[in-house]
Amino acid sequence: MFKGKKVIALGERDGVPGPLIAECLEAAGAEIVFQKTECFV
Amino acid sequence: MVGNMTAYLRAATNILVHVPDLVRYGSKPWRETSHNNKALGDVFADLRSFDEVVDYAPNQAFIGNLAPEKLNEIASPWYENSPPGASPKGVFGEVLPQEIFYSLLELSDQFGLFMFDEQHVAAKLSSDAASALLNKDKPVKKHRQEDILQCIEAGEALPLFQGRDLVGCVRRDHEFDESLDARVLLENLAAKASGAFALRHLLVQEDIAPDEIEYVISCSEEAVGDRYNRGGGNLAKAIAEMAGCVNAAGVDVKSFCAAPVYAIVHAAALIQSGVVRNVVVVGGGSMAKLGMKAYYHMEKEIPILEDVLGGVAFLLSSDSDNSPRINLEIAGRHTAGSPSTPQVLAETLVRDPLARAGRKISSINKYAVELHNPEVMVPAGAGDVAATNYKMLAAMAVMGGEIAREEIPEFIETHGMPGFAPTQGHIPAGVPFLGHALSRMRAGTLQSTMIMAKGSLFLGRMSQQADGASILIEV
Repeated sequence: MFKGKKVIALGERDGVPGPLIAECLEAAGAEIVFQKTECFV
Repeated sequence: MVGNMTAYLRAATNILVHVPDLVRYGSKPWRETSHNNKALGDVFADLRSFDEVVDYAPNQAFIGNLAPEKLNEIASPWYENSPPGASPKGVFGEVLPQEIFYSLLELSDQFGLFMFDEQHVAAKLSSDAASALLNKDKPVKKHRQEDILQCIEAGEALPLFQGRDLVGCVRRDHEFDESLDARVLLENLAAKASGAFALRHLLVQEDIAPDEIEYVISCSEEAVGDRYNRGGGNLAKAIAEMAGCVNAAGVDVKSFCAAPVYAIVHAAALIQSGVVRNVVVVGGGSMAKLGMKAYYHMEKEIPILEDVLGGVAFLLSSDSDNSPRINLEIAGRHTAGSPSTPQVLAETLVRDPLARAGRKISSINKYAVELHNPEVMVPAGAGDVAATNYKMLAAMAVMGGEIAREEIPEFIETHGMPGFAPTQGHIPAGVPFLGHALSRMRAGTLQSTMIMAKGSLFLGRMSQQADGASILIEV
């Protein structure tokens, strides 16, 4: 499903961190073009 | 026991400072008005009066006049449904108006950075703590309006307003050093002045002489220093000095929003190991976070709720005086090798330290997590942070076989509470509940509370990690 797709991964401190989203999607064949974790507090 | 002594939580104070005319200098409003040309006039229109801020139910919970759990019984939106009987004086805190805070800012300044004119007349001093601070011999120098305007027009100073009136300015202290820029200095001095006010309020509240305090730890977030040592710190000692704690040494403890919990752990360790007999942990307010979500609120026609600086102060002592102890044997740590997921944070901060002591998650009466006011967070799309954290703890209890899945709502209601703290970064980090916890423990209605907080280390670009800390306080 993600093979060959370009992905922007935006994580959140109280949710899922950006690097984790990126790692999962990379393993699924996606190309991570940007990943970041933000804090909304 | 780790050492020979025991550290007790003797007293807690939560203060709020209503600063509507500093909202413009919060990081987000400043950026939007400076770079994106968004109208500041809209910000003026949506700001609350002092009475509205006092009446606001979460603020009454913050200063101790309302149990946080009672917020569940108040119809939403809370800003339209204030319960009767509100007061700026709280059981363990108070709300201070801006006029008096300007005087505290002036008092906090030893370098002639603030210039106030004759128009600035501090409101009647109804605050015992502010009176205690301001009854000093320092003469208040008044400046001419034209001198103030000259500094502002030369680009050397930021204007300070009371409503629509220009009443003064704050100057930069170096032409080229961005760390000594007027807005940076205002931010740092706002943390110092609000921290000193919180500390002095604690001492007045408990009838303790300032010179009895031996050590002060600041958990404030500001990067105090010049360009060669930005973040060098020791705001603690500056706060101790301003509050009259002449016999106190001081140091800062920093870890973003997790700092207050670390500071309490460090303070308890200093006492338990016999280095000092008492420590005050103090956190001043964060000007940068004023109006952080203001534009979301304005879009949804909600008043700008981020119009207050928060402050906290806690006295830890080797004297019990009917106080709960800080149980250093159950202090949660999130290590550098641990993943930064919410689940791992909940495991390392709550499940694991309790399990090592043979205790269960459900054995702790109350958890105080990140207690951000949801009425500020949810309209901005940032979610109910407290509720999210309680759900994770309940899920841990389910996974550990302590409760059934269908018991999650009951677990959250029993062991949690709605968020009630202003979105001031480190201020909501579990610790605003300590005043309530202390009252309940002394009344015999609460046996134990675990305070946990998280820090967003990735914001500083030094690491992708999050952080967290927790500590158990019990009778």
